[in-house]
Amino acid sequence: MSATEREAAELHEKSRLPEKAELAKYYHQMLAIRRMEEALAKAYALRKFGGFLHLYIGQEAVAVGALATLKPEDYVIATYREHAHAYAKGMTAKSIIAELFGKATGCSQGLGGSMHLFDASKNFLGGYGIVGGHIPLAAGTAFASKYRGDGRVTLCFFGDGSVPQGAFHEGVALAALWRLPVVFICENNLYSMGTPLYRSLSVSDVSQKALAYGMARDRFDGEDVVRVRDRVAEAVRRARNESLPTLIEIRTYRFRGHSMSDAGLYRTKEEVEESKKRDPITFGRELLVRAKMDEKDIVAIEDQVTAEIEEAVKFADESPELAYERLAEFTYKE
Amino acid sequence: MAEMNLIQAVNDALRVEMRRDPRVVVLGEDVGRFGGVFQVTVGLREEFGADRCIDTPLAESGIVGAAIGMALYGLRPVAEIQFGDYIYPAYDQIVNELAKIRYRSGGEYAAPVVIRTPIGGGIKGGHYHSQSPEALFTHIPGLTVVCPSNPIDAKGLLASAIRGEDPVIFMEPKRYYHKSRADVPEGEYTIPIGEAKVVRSGSQVTILTWSAMVHTALEAAQKGEAEGLDLEVVDLRTLVPFDEAAILASVKKTGRVVIVHEAPRTSGFGAELAATIAEKAILHLEAPILRVTGFDTPFPYTLEHEYLPDADRILDAVGRVLSF
Ligand SMILES: Cc1ncc(C[n+]2csc(CCOP(=O)(O)OP(=O)(O)O)c2C)c(N)n1
Ligand SMILES: [Mg+2]
Repeated sequence: MSATEREAAELHEKSRLPEKAELAKYYHQMLAIRRMEEALAKAYALRKFGGFLHLYIGQEAVAVGALATLKPEDYVIATYREHAHAYAKGMTAKSIIAELFGKATGCSQGLGGSMHLFDASKNFLGGYGIVGGHIPLAAGTAFASKYRGDGRVTLCFFGDGSVPQGAFHEGVALAALWRLPVVFICENNLYSMGTPLYRSLSVSDVSQKALAYGMARDRFDGEDVVRVRDRVAEAVRRARNESLPTLIEIRTYRFRGHSMSDAGLYRTKEEVEESKKRDPITFGRELLVRAKMDEKDIVAIEDQVTAEIEEAVKFADESPELAYERLAEFTYKE
Repeated sequence: MAEMNLIQAVNDALRVEMRRDPRVVVLGEDVGRFGGVFQVTVGLREEFGADRCIDTPLAESGIVGAAIGMALYGLRPVAEIQFGDYIYPAYDQIVNELAKIRYRSGGEYAAPVVIRTPIGGGIKGGHYHSQSPEALFTHIPGLTVVCPSNPIDAKGLLASAIRGEDPVIFMEPKRYYHKSRADVPEGEYTIPIGEAKVVRSGSQVTILTWSAMVHTALEAAQKGEAEGLDLEVVDLRTLVPFDEAAILASVKKTGRVVIVHEAPRTSGFGAELAATIAEKAILHLEAPILRVTGFDTPFPYTLEHEYLPDADRILDAVGRVLSF
C-alpha cells in the first residue's frame, strides 16, 4: 500500500467511524446488558428466582448494533434470549430484573418472567419461548405497518435453531410474497441447545434460505457493533423506503450455556475460550480508545453502568411481590 | 428389582424394548449425544447407534410426521418432544395424520408411534414449561393417552405402548422425574394399558387423579388420616381408554367423589369422568362430584404454587363432599 493509499484508507476508516458519543452509547448499552445478565446469573444462583434463564453474554453487539438503526416507533420481536433486545429498545434494567424476580414492578407485571419481557410504550413486542413461533408474527406487524402506511419497520430476531421450523419458512414466505417492511435477523451462534449447526441444517449458510423466497440477504460476523449497525441499516433502509424484507444471518457465539442448567458437554473449553477473544465488549471498548476517548471517560461509563445495575437489583429486591388476586386478571379483558 | 427414579425407569423401558425389537427407534431434539434435556435417553445412542437413537433438528412437526412415516413402513418409533408445551407445532400431524390413518385407510395402514413428553408444573418453568395438555389428546379418537405417576408404572406402561398397535401419547410428570423413586422390575416388564390402580384404599371419599397429582392426593389422604378421614386414591394411569369399571367400583363403595387434575378446569379430563359417573352411578352418589384443578388461566410463573392444587385444597373439597 502506498502512503497516499494508506492515507485514503485511514480517511475512509475515519469517516466510517461514528461520533464518539454514538460509540459511547453502544459501549454503555453492551456493558449494561452484560452486567445485568451477570447480576441475573448471581441472583439465580442465590435462588432469588427460578425456572429458566438464557443468557445473551457474548452476543451483545448484535442486539445493540441492530437496534441502533431503529426509530422509537419501529417494532422489535425476539426469542426467549431477549434481555438484551429489551434493554437496547429502551426498557430499563429495573423493569427487566423485576420481571425476572416475578415482582409486581416488572415490565410484564411479574406475570411472565425471563422469556416474557414486553413493553408496548417502547414497541417491544416481547420475548417468545416457542422456537420459531414468533416469526410469522413479525410478518403480521410488518403487514400492519404497510397497511397503515406509517413507515415503521419490524426487526425480528431468532436463533439458528428456528430455521428448520415450519413457522420460520411460513413467516419468511409471507413477508417476501407481500413485500413487507421487515428485517429477519438470524443470530447464528452455531448451536441450538446441544446441537451444533451442522447437525441441524444441511446448508450451513442460513442466509441462502432467502434465495428461494426471492428476498434480499446478508451475512457477516457479529462481534463489531459498528459493522452490525451499518449492515443492518442497509436492510432497514430497504424495508422503510422500498417495503422489502431482508434475511440477515449474523454469526455470533454465546459464551455461557444454553440456560443455567447446561453443563456444556457438547463443545470444548478451548472453543469457548477461543471465542472469547472476539468479545464484543472488549471490541466496543477498543473502538472508544481508537476514537481517542480519555481512559477516565471510559471508566466513568463503566462506573455508571455498575451503579445502574446495582440500583436496578436493589429496586427489584425491594419491589412488592405479585399479589394472588392478579392470578387471573389478564386472561381476558376484565 | 432395582431402585430407579422416573427418568431411569423410562430409560430402562426404552433400552429393554430396543434390545427386544430392532424395529424400535428413538428420535427427538438432543436425544442422542446429549441424552435428552432430562437425560431420559442417556446411553441409547452408545448402545444402539445413531440410526436407532436419532438426533433431529428443532422441528416438532417434522419429528412427528417422520415418525408416522417410519411406522407406516413397519418401524416402531418413539418420538420425544422435549416439553409438552412444544407439542403444539406437531398437533396437526398428531390429530390429522397420526390419529386417523388406521380409520381413514380402512385398516390398510396403522401408525404405532409413541410420543413421549414431560408435562406439568412445579419447576418454576412458567408459561412454556409447565402446561398439562392431556385433555387436548383425549378428545381425539384414535389416540391412546397414558399418564403414569411413578417409575414402575412408567416402565410397564411405556413397554406396553411400544408393543401396541396404535399411537400412544405418553405424558411423564416432570416434577417427579427425580423425586419419585421405586423398586422397578428389571428386564422385560409390561403393565396393561387401560387399568387404573387403587393406590390407597379408603371408605369415605374417592379421589380420582393421575400424573403428578397422584402424589398430592396421597399427601392429602395422609394428612386427612390424622384428622380421622379415610380416603381412597385412584391413579387412573391411562386416560384413554380409562378404567370405567375400577372407577365405578370405587364410587359405589364411597358414594363421594373428588377429581383432581393440574390442567385448567374447563374441558379438563375431570369433566369427562364426572359425566361418566353421573351417567352410570348417580344413584350411588351422596354428594355432588367436586373438582380440584388448575385455574382457567395460562400456567402462571410467579403464582405457580397458588395455581397448583395442593393437599389443603383437596381436603377442603373432601370436607365439602362429606358435609353435603
Ligand atoms: C418449539 C420448541 N421446541 C423446542 C424448544 C426447546 N428449546 C428451547 S431453545 C432451543 C434451542 C434453540 O436454539 P437457537 O434457535 O439456535 O437459539 P439459541 O438458544 O442458540 O439462542 C430448544 C431446542 C422450544 N423452546 N420450542
Ligand atoms: Mg443458536
